[in-house]
Amino acid sequence: MTNTTQSRKKGILPQPVVRTVMAISRWFNGLPQVIAVASVVATVLIGWELIVRLGNIPIIILPSPVNVGAQLVTVFQQLTPGEFLLGELWTTVQEVVIGFGIACVFGFAIGLWVGQTKFGQKAVMPLFVALEATPKIAFAPVFIAWFGFGITSKFVLAAFMSIFPIIIGTAAGLAATTEDELKLFKSMKARAWDVFWKLKMLRALPFIFAGLKIAIVAALTGAVAAEFIGGGIGFGEQIRLAATRLALDRVFALILILSLLGILLFSLVAWVQNKVTFWDNPNLRVTKNGKKSSLGATR
Amino acid sequence: MNSPSAIAQNSTQYRIEDVSHTFPGTDIEALKNVSIDIKPGSFISFIGPSGCGKSTLLNAMAGLLTPSHGQILINDDQVDGPPDGVGIMFQKATLLPWRTTIENVLLPIELRDGAKAAKAHTDDAMSIIETVGLKGFENAYPGELSGGMAQRAAICRMLITEPDVLLLDEPFGALDELTRERMDLELQSIASTRNATVVLVTHSIPEAVFLSDTVYAMSARPGRISEIIEVDLPRPRDMDTLNHPDFAKFVSRVRTALNKGHGVNDD
Repeated sequence: MTNTTQSRKKGILPQPVVRTVMAISRWFNGLPQVIAVASVVATVLIGWELIVRLGNIPIIILPSPVNVGAQLVTVFQQLTPGEFLLGELWTTVQEVVIGFGIACVFGFAIGLWVGQTKFGQKAVMPLFVALEATPKIAFAPVFIAWFGFGITSKFVLAAFMSIFPIIIGTAAGLAATTEDELKLFKSMKARAWDVFWKLKMLRALPFIFAGLKIAIVAALTGAVAAEFIGGGIGFGEQIRLAATRLALDRVFALILILSLLGILLFSLVAWVQNKVTFWDNPNLRVTKNGKKSSLGATR
Repeated sequence: MNSPSAIAQNSTQYRIEDVSHTFPGTDIEALKNVSIDIKPGSFISFIGPSGCGKSTLLNAMAGLLTPSHGQILINDDQVDGPPDGVGIMFQKATLLPWRTTIENVLLPIELRDGAKAAKAHTDDAMSIIETVGLKGFENAYPGELSGGMAQRAAICRMLITEPDVLLLDEPFGALDELTRERMDLELQSIASTRNATVVLVTHSIPEAVFLSDTVYAMSARPGRISEIIEVDLPRPRDMDTLNHPDFAKFVSRVRTALNKGHGVNDD
């Protein structure tokens, strides 16, 4: 009788259990982020290792973290200067950088056109938004047919994959200037040039950078995908080769390197963003004399 | 008092001649047959309910909007764009977040004469920043300023070009009451030391009475001036003015005028 009333009042679990669970939960929530992340990673790796070992899963189906770790050592050796894998990685990096560069130039230009003209906003912007939602990777064979098996088809796909977020970011950013700001500049008789460079562009920057961060990752995806399909060169080709040999431990090791490259490229863009659009970052408290003033009026 | 521009007589004549305005595509008369002759160096207020056209009138005076009928003259020249010697301020400070306070203050100079000229005005900017009590925050970014401080910076930005006429569109409307009172006092002293003509749009009756020589009560649909109240309270006005027996009298006169304006609409 007492039990039923208690469970009706407090739920199915007895009070001490609930309290213990909550205490444990509180302890986990209170962990510093670095330790929290490390603990999750460690748990996954240990679980993975245990599953492979206890399940006797063959290495060609699922390599264990220890297998992958051993392969990583080999991969790192092959990544040292003069070794072949470094050259392959460099090819992929080139494809990404060239493709991303092309996407930046054309994406910004098209974004300007789309964002600054009524026609562009009305007729072109919806098309780009629709295109952004399509699986652009499906165009890979088209670019290989057009540009061959060399580096060109790879960076073209990288550019194609990464241009849309830049276009949309630029166009959306140019629309972010408020009526009040435009009125202020008008009241100060600002020239169109100044309205653009001293107001609209700066307002657009956070949006453009949001697009660039998506774009850099998309460029890497595009380059690797083109290597998968086009073959011949690059880090993607190395992954494909390892996979055909069923050397999954190597595949995982190479993917890890590729992930590190992606994180590095993304962080680079994010770092530039924080430097350039410092006012937009709520985590960065700007100190009184922290930033260089564009006029040199600081004293 | 100590700078030559403060001693110079303000001779800017602002005249509003039979101005009416209907926004394109609508048949709402935002303004109808408004005529005002503003005495140089005087402080006037437009007060009225929303939709009475007070902001439209101010925007027309600032050259941000061309009225569909009538004209606005400044020293006998028709206003057809932002005129020289006129500073404007809005309800929102609208500081650029990527510029420090002093860079924001120097923006009008930079846009008019270039970055070099702006830099040459650094000392002027600093002294204005000092008068509004923002010293120490000249290199702070707008994100670090409170609402009142941001409006002070906006005042500095308006004053840097040494305008003879200040057009203020509900400049302290978003501030708390205490800050607003303090800003009103500062505004009064700025206006009197510079001998500037001030046109204030507000919906606060006490603020209008406290600051103005003349209060124009406006009514809506169509927007027009329903009554003119001359406020001859002694100057300089301070917190004691609020207790002056005439102050309450003027406040109630403005309120009556506004209520009457509402009544007129219902006919």
